[in-house]
Amino acid sequence: MTRKQRRLTLIGLAGIVLASALGLVLYALSDGITFFTSPSDVLATPPSPEQRIRLGGLVEQGSIVKETGGIVRFAVTDGKATVPARYVGILPDLFREGQGVVAEGKVDANGLFEADTVLAKHDETYMPKEVVEALKKSGEWRPEDGAAPEAVTQ
Amino acid sequence: MIVELGHYALVLALALALAGGTLPLWGALRNDTRLMAVASTTAVAQFILVALSFAALTYAYVVSDFSVLNVVQNSHSLKPMIYKISGVWGNHEGSMLLWVLILVLFGALVALFSANLPLRLKALVLSVQAWIGAAFLIFILISSNPFLRLHPVPFEGRDLNPLLQDVGLAIHPPLLYLGYVGCSISFAFAIAALIDGRIDAAWARWVRPWTLAAWGFLTLGIAMGSYWAYYELGWGGWWFWDPVENASFMPWLSATALLHSAIVMEKREALKIWTILLAILTFSLSLLGTFLVRSGVLTSVHAFATDPTRGIFILIILCIFIGGAFSLFAARAGTLSQGGLFAPISREGALVLNNLLLTAACATVLVGTLYPLALEALTGEKISVGAPFFDMTFGPMMVPLLIAVPFGPFLAWKRGDIVAAGQRLLFAFGAAMAVMILGLALMGTPAALALFGVALSVWLMVGSISEIAFRVKLGRASLAESWRRGAGLPRSAWGTAVAHFGVGVTVLGVVGATAWNSEEIATLKPGEAMSIGAYSVTMDGFVPLSASNYTGTAVRFTVREGGNVVATMEPEKRLYTVPNTPTTEAAIKTFGFSQLYVSLGDIGTDGATVVRIYWKTLVTLIWIGALIMTAGGALSLSDRRLRVGAPKPARRAVPVPAE
Repeated sequence: MTRKQRRLTLIGLAGIVLASALGLVLYALSDGITFFTSPSDVLATPPSPEQRIRLGGLVEQGSIVKETGGIVRFAVTDGKATVPARYVGILPDLFREGQGVVAEGKVDANGLFEADTVLAKHDETYMPKEVVEALKKSGEWRPEDGAAPEAVTQ
Repeated sequence: MIVELGHYALVLALALALAGGTLPLWGALRNDTRLMAVASTTAVAQFILVALSFAALTYAYVVSDFSVLNVVQNSHSLKPMIYKISGVWGNHEGSMLLWVLILVLFGALVALFSANLPLRLKALVLSVQAWIGAAFLIFILISSNPFLRLHPVPFEGRDLNPLLQDVGLAIHPPLLYLGYVGCSISFAFAIAALIDGRIDAAWARWVRPWTLAAWGFLTLGIAMGSYWAYYELGWGGWWFWDPVENASFMPWLSATALLHSAIVMEKREALKIWTILLAILTFSLSLLGTFLVRSGVLTSVHAFATDPTRGIFILIILCIFIGGAFSLFAARAGTLSQGGLFAPISREGALVLNNLLLTAACATVLVGTLYPLALEALTGEKISVGAPFFDMTFGPMMVPLLIAVPFGPFLAWKRGDIVAAGQRLLFAFGAAMAVMILGLALMGTPAALALFGVALSVWLMVGSISEIAFRVKLGRASLAESWRRGAGLPRSAWGTAVAHFGVGVTVLGVVGATAWNSEEIATLKPGEAMSIGAYSVTMDGFVPLSASNYTGTAVRFTVREGGNVVATMEPEKRLYTVPNTPTTEAAIKTFGFSQLYVSLGDIGTDGATVVRIYWKTLVTLIWIGALIMTAGGALSLSDRRLRVGAPKPARRAVPVPAE
């Protein structure tokens, strides 16, 4: 095999591998990603029931209801809008009313957010960045007191 | 006083790094041996000074010197001693100091243990190391100084994030940094070769042990981090495709590729330019990882208090080193001589395939990690790229690689015979097929994908055993003869087989824990029971907990299998007093290679507690496999051919006895 043929074989192989990697990435980027949304976004343009979203905001004061079997109902608010949510499982230790939360899941036909993953902050001083920005956008960001904005009932 | 000495030692180390970066480089360009010889001295002196500085900071933590801001922010006088010490690197400033300490440690090791390295190459390597050290020392002194004093002196510290108060913190960062920063050595060798314009098989022989060592530490560090997340975070997950995990996984993939391409370069003098490129890429990915984790662009448990200037600073360092290295590469790579010829079906060809798939897989991880950051910077749109993306991209890239792995060692250099290799692997293929068919018969088609994974792991494990069996003529010669041959096999051959076996073990663990993972959640009161798989778990009652810096409650569970008590488990809820933070400690019991994992939710006023139990089939194999891979790396490292300073092995009539 000449040097030229060898090189062509190698380039061909590399081309196949790279093309398939690129194809997989493009396919996965259209399907395997999750958009970050705030409660206002959800109410303005409700996502389709198949679409996974990442919802960020504050856990509304007085909204946590614990049912049997580890079912938890709560509401996520950004001060302008509130989305009811339901989660089955163990919540993070720092999941509290009035604190920042990011949850992943889908919004069902009735507008209930079925969360399959709930992330809370890792320590007292940390607020998820997305939540901070969502709150800033809705004009409810008050870092000095850290208190939750009053919930807006729709 | 001691703290000021530490600070001063750090400034001196910077001065020495600047000298060690300039003088030997000047000497190498001017062919001045006296200037080149400076490199070793400054490298060792830098290590001593940074070690002093690190010791001073550790001292401040041990005696709880609350006049130091860093200690106040991350320590507490009542914290157990082990966490006082590991807390030194449980924060941004201290972890950067550890980073630099390991960097200069590697520099000093190169200076001390490579007597047969040509002076010029050594001077160039150490000067590149010194420049990296200088950049990070400036970074520490300007924007992340751990020695800043505080006035007035507070009476008590704010304690360390409770999630980090774990023995994992004592082990995971140092191991990971040994891996991350260890990649700087192959990077320095690559840059030195480019400056020198000369590269040969000897170069690969010097680079490989350092790469192997760094790779081994990186493997252990990642595995340790994964196990830590698994038991500490209480979600029962062992890998989240979190950007911070990816930051360490990308250099690992790239270092794995580098290890393999360096073999080709050493044996056949081929793939020179590619190997150089991989060495640069690997360290670039380590720097990128440092940037992602330390700059605060990502929010995670790893991102400590964030400060935008730090991010920009690391970004500048990143651009200078990566940009500089690639410019040098572009300018000089063409001048390097071409390597040997080989047919596509050959050992070289197999290693090229390995490299292509590993780098392509690494690229998909890179896209998944950076795409959200890029998209947010460009359009302001926020997305998260999680497990589904990586399952769809990384998974399919790994399958052909894993299928190809057992073939590699059976192919001859230059021109291999794939039919002969296939024949030698018939047994492994048969074993994999037997497992698949048996599994399908027992579990039916829904389990097909998982069974394919199991078959793949059997193929890998039996395939690597087959290679050794073939080479020692197992079954074709007397046992004594096989034993003698086995002892005579080079350690690197054993290392390859062991490491590839480890890959198979990890794959089996991943498949088991993903496909046969079951999970139950219930609200229990004392005396009530729930069942998972073959086990019944009864909640017995509460046990109050009290330690120096937390209080809490443990819940005692009795695990029964067929009515017999097999274990008791006590998951905990803790409340750390100083930061007033609650944490949950899961309880884990190992049965064979599988684990039962119990985690607690809220404890109600009437004693009703939310309990989540996972059964993780074969989960421990994930980490055991990583340990086996590392053992393979260590075996290969002990090969006399690679031992630093060892002369080329002479041909011998008698095989080398096993030590």
